[in-house]
Amino acid sequence: MKTYTYTEKKDTRSGFGAGLAELGRTNPNVVALCADLIGSLKMDAFKNENPERFFQVGIAEANMIGIAAGLTIGGKIPFTGTFANFSTGRVYDQIRQSIAYSGKNVKICASHAGLTLGEDGATHQILEDIGLMKMLPGMVVINPCDYNQTKAATIAIAKYKGPVYLRFGRPSVPIFTPKNQTFEIGKAIKLTEGSDVTIAATGHLVWEALEASKELNAKGISAEVLNFHTIKPLDEKALLESVAKTGCIVSAEEHNHLGGLGESIARVLGQNAPAPQEFVATNDTFGESGTPAQLMKKYGLDASSIVEKALKAIRRK
Amino acid sequence: MSITELNDLTTQVRRDILRMVHKVNSGHPGGSLGCAEFLVALYTEIMNRKEGFDMNGIEEDLFFLSNGHISPVIYSVLARSGYFPIEELNTFRLLDSRLQGHPTTHEGLPGIRIASGSLGQGLSVAIGAAHAKKLNNDSNLVYSLHGDGELQEGQNWEAIMYASAKNVDNIIATVDLNGKQIDGATDDVLNMGSLKAKFEAFDWTVIEVKKGNDISSILEGMTSAKKATGKGKPVCVLLETMMGNGVDFMMHTHAWHGKAPNDKQLESALEQNPETLGDY
Repeated sequence: MKTYTYTEKKDTRSGFGAGLAELGRTNPNVVALCADLIGSLKMDAFKNENPERFFQVGIAEANMIGIAAGLTIGGKIPFTGTFANFSTGRVYDQIRQSIAYSGKNVKICASHAGLTLGEDGATHQILEDIGLMKMLPGMVVINPCDYNQTKAATIAIAKYKGPVYLRFGRPSVPIFTPKNQTFEIGKAIKLTEGSDVTIAATGHLVWEALEASKELNAKGISAEVLNFHTIKPLDEKALLESVAKTGCIVSAEEHNHLGGLGESIARVLGQNAPAPQEFVATNDTFGESGTPAQLMKKYGLDASSIVEKALKAIRRK
Repeated sequence: MSITELNDLTTQVRRDILRMVHKVNSGHPGGSLGCAEFLVALYTEIMNRKEGFDMNGIEEDLFFLSNGHISPVIYSVLARSGYFPIEELNTFRLLDSRLQGHPTTHEGLPGIRIASGSLGQGLSVAIGAAHAKKLNNDSNLVYSLHGDGELQEGQNWEAIMYASAKNVDNIIATVDLNGKQIDGATDDVLNMGSLKAKFEAFDWTVIEVKKGNDISSILEGMTSAKKATGKGKPVCVLLETMMGNGVDFMMHTHAWHGKAPNDKQLESALEQNPETLGDY
């Protein structure tokens, strides 16, 4: 079995900051907007190097989304930055009408997604954002897994023409994907080959899935880990090929089981090749205060939960 | 164009509005009629427009309609300004039409650069487009139109605060002050007090057009507004209009905000606005 190791941990939001800074140096049409969270979003480098292309909007997310939509008229490629909660639910109608329905080339970049922003609690955590965004016609939804991949995704979405939701987070997580990788929107990445169970993970749960696959391997179970960094459009081919081989699947995400990656997978399997599926996701609940590790354990979003669900999925075959 | 020609065009636009909403028995004639003179003057005399249409609108003035429900008037003015065939007004609100109930870019209608209808979003979009103009060293202006009732939406005030703080001085936002909204008089629904005082408190330059259905007054006001741009402050035009203007039974009431005339009412309304440039 292919194993993954890491020497360094970093937050995925820093990958976004690095990617945005690189875009600032290479693409003069890229502009950035922030709603009073420059430090949290790691947008300082872009701002300092391109002050004329950076717009501090203040605590006014609805206005930020509208301004971003307007900036596309004139050929700019706006990247908006705030927490995932304020990037989506707070401004849903602005995104829906001024960006999605209007087909504007805006990149909605959202940090502190999921439970792992930790101690601030449920007002600042969001477990519904993937669902909100994937429901919008034409919206691409991306949730990369580590620093390197988030940086690559940030650079890649500038080349794609159309609205994109890019989701990342606050905690330091292992860096295990290659530096300077090419990021292909909508293409799942097979991290391990396996024959007994597919583990389809996104975001912070990808590393947990790899940890789970090691545990499963020790139990004599061969798990195939797929990194679904793009939730929409979903790589249906990769999904169906893997499940045709393994016969069951665990989906794993830092999100509500309603509306997330798992539900997208269930739809594709249901339409094409029904198979037992278990969900590693939150169960229709808000989060709460706590350290990221405590929260991921309490809400069952860690490697041991994935192992447990994998065993269950295999039993259901 | 002469004032007579502009008035003739406005009369024809009124006929278009009335016939469009009558045909599909839906749509918003009241606000559309109230803004007919303004949009005719804007597109014909005020804006610097290029031939044809491209989304980015480089090296020309741009216009954003925030109160998208007055789509009949913008569709008529766009068609009669050459953006698309006048006959296409026949398809207003019909299945598979580019002339949706509220304006959209989704069907590729030339002249429309943003979807609007859900209120309160247009000023932010206009500010973004104004930023893009400055980044592109394009000295042309961005115009927008908003309903007065629409200013009850909070996003406007985020945008109003922002535009002056960031010296967005290449924008002219016009508010259609007709004093009416769906449920009645704006003063009764949610009294907004003095909009002039509010815009001035937010550090905008405010220009009042008291006779917002009079072409000469509009031209005078908008010329002053243009002169006020480029001086570090955003510019607001408070345009006092009559909802339903030009059709006696549609004036002095909010009843025709979102209601179409029946056959008899249409006949009377059209008699009051005889054909000038030819119906579609």
